[in-house]
Amino acid sequence: MSTSTEALNFEAPRLGRRALWFRQIAAILRLEVRKNFIGKRAILLYLLAAFPILLMAAVSVQLGTRASSPNNISEANIMFAGILYEPVILRTIIFFGCAWTFMNLFRGEVVDRSLHYYFLAPVRREVLVFGKYFSGIVATLVLFTMTTAGSLMFLYVGLGSSGMDYLTNGPGKGQAMTYLGITWLACVGYGAAFLVIGLFFRNPMIPALIAYGWEFINFLLPPVLKKISVIHYLHSLAPVPVSEGPFAMVAEPTPAYLSIPGLLIFTAAVLTLASYRIRKMQITYGGE
Amino acid sequence: MDNPADHLIVFEDVSKFYGEILGVNRVNLSIEPGITSLVGPNGSGKTTLMNLMTGLIQPTRGHVTVLDYNARHPELFFRKVGYCSQFDSFPAGLTGFEFIRSYLLVHGYTKQQTQDMAWRALHRVDLIEAAHRKVAGYSKGMRQRIRLAQAIAHGPSVMILDEPLNGLDPMARSETIRLFRQLAGEGLHLIISSHILHEVDMMSDRVILLNNGYIVAEGDIHGVRDEMEEHPMQILIRCDRPGVLAARVFEQDSVVEARIHKDRHGLFIKTRDADAFYLLLNRVVLDDGLTVESVSPVDDNLDAVYQYLIGSTGEAA
Repeated sequence: MSTSTEALNFEAPRLGRRALWFRQIAAILRLEVRKNFIGKRAILLYLLAAFPILLMAAVSVQLGTRASSPNNISEANIMFAGILYEPVILRTIIFFGCAWTFMNLFRGEVVDRSLHYYFLAPVRREVLVFGKYFSGIVATLVLFTMTTAGSLMFLYVGLGSSGMDYLTNGPGKGQAMTYLGITWLACVGYGAAFLVIGLFFRNPMIPALIAYGWEFINFLLPPVLKKISVIHYLHSLAPVPVSEGPFAMVAEPTPAYLSIPGLLIFTAAVLTLASYRIRKMQITYGGE
Repeated sequence: MDNPADHLIVFEDVSKFYGEILGVNRVNLSIEPGITSLVGPNGSGKTTLMNLMTGLIQPTRGHVTVLDYNARHPELFFRKVGYCSQFDSFPAGLTGFEFIRSYLLVHGYTKQQTQDMAWRALHRVDLIEAAHRKVAGYSKGMRQRIRLAQAIAHGPSVMILDEPLNGLDPMARSETIRLFRQLAGEGLHLIISSHILHEVDMMSDRVILLNNGYIVAEGDIHGVRDEMEEHPMQILIRCDRPGVLAARVFEQDSVVEARIHKDRHGLFIKTRDADAFYLLLNRVVLDDGLTVESVSPVDDNLDAVYQYLIGSTGEAA
């Protein structure tokens, strides 16, 4: 072991506060994105993300045996929106994928007993919240964009050349972009919500399941209560109207100019709450 | 004007409770630069004190400052402080080099700087050859050294080290203690907890003895020993005529026991005033022509102090 002491005089980085924060967020992203994509916890995420694509691939093979027509495309759009995208991809895959990813950003490190390395670094805890949040966003956006795009691609591939023409030159392109936008907003909104749940609860799966129940019964709620949810705003943005069934309480969809900023404001508020919480957080691991 | 608190680690009336369980209670300390060791049995509050210093936990009452910085401002605080905790866990999938470098990047250093700093830290703990192996495959001693490297990599002024010698082989222990002494010599604070009392005794400038969340003694170990009047100091005098010395020692009321060694070439005495005894010994040498080979305090060490104050079998934790 070396006992030379020349190495112990390092100057602190001479950066403005914001430049330092950006550099620190980039360093946190680098560490966390790697964990999100390569760690053992990523396996479940990959399985979730792949499921709708595989399902649509199977459906595509099935559709391929039928002649494609405008009616088929219209039916396929309704089927995709009502059977696959909203109930499976949005309400289940993205919901639980975000729950898994974002709740583990802090809770996973508490379980692994490695959070203290961040808490012992000269980084503001709010910066840590943002760094970790962005890393979750990167992971979920990449995977669920592929889920959404892959599912749509198989849908239209299954409809033959007219399906592909609808996707590349027709209204399908706009619809696909809207679906991707909804996916991204879902990751942003659910991500923030689950990040804060992971900070407040020792066993965050229970509040996550309660949240799932609330989102699931959203169609039964009166209009005022519908608005206290993420799914209501995402549902309002759907490019293809989706029937919520005979028992649904009908409510006017919130226009995009309100629902998109609304979700972003919700995200900002929740991240502010997370920042407050992390400043008070103590590391006791087993004893907490 | 120089503020004394700029050089001290200060605990002001600090208490920490975990629910109803006492962590530490009413701690008041001013720790100067040098090596300060925290000693006490399991659950005595050593790690709690260290976690309080670094802000991993917050005091229920009171304030802690390190060189006049507070852990509530981590962006300043942790440029000065490095903590090698007892948590033997690491972020998954990283090599030793990546582990050190990744957290240096979080400090805000450039990639080139972090590379240089990481290699230097690895060099200091002699882990260069294992730098590109996954930490998960390291031995316990290597994991201990990589945590030490991570704590010192950014060149802190205060190092807090929870059982830093655990898991190290004798050679590495000796080198690590030498490194600590060098760093202390440069004016750094080293706060160390260890359960190996003779090593603590060897390397520490001062000790803080804890038991059940309370500080039972603090300061230079010999000073602490001197103040323990209820336990007379034991001294062994190797000389040619111990009987002559035995006859004279009871001139002093402070001497409570004298016993001739089995080989009849030494005398054990117990005294409440060691300084007065040493003066008497000088007089005996002059008056009676006694030939003294050696004078050695038998229980003027941390092990004895620990047993007297904490009263266990001598195995601190």
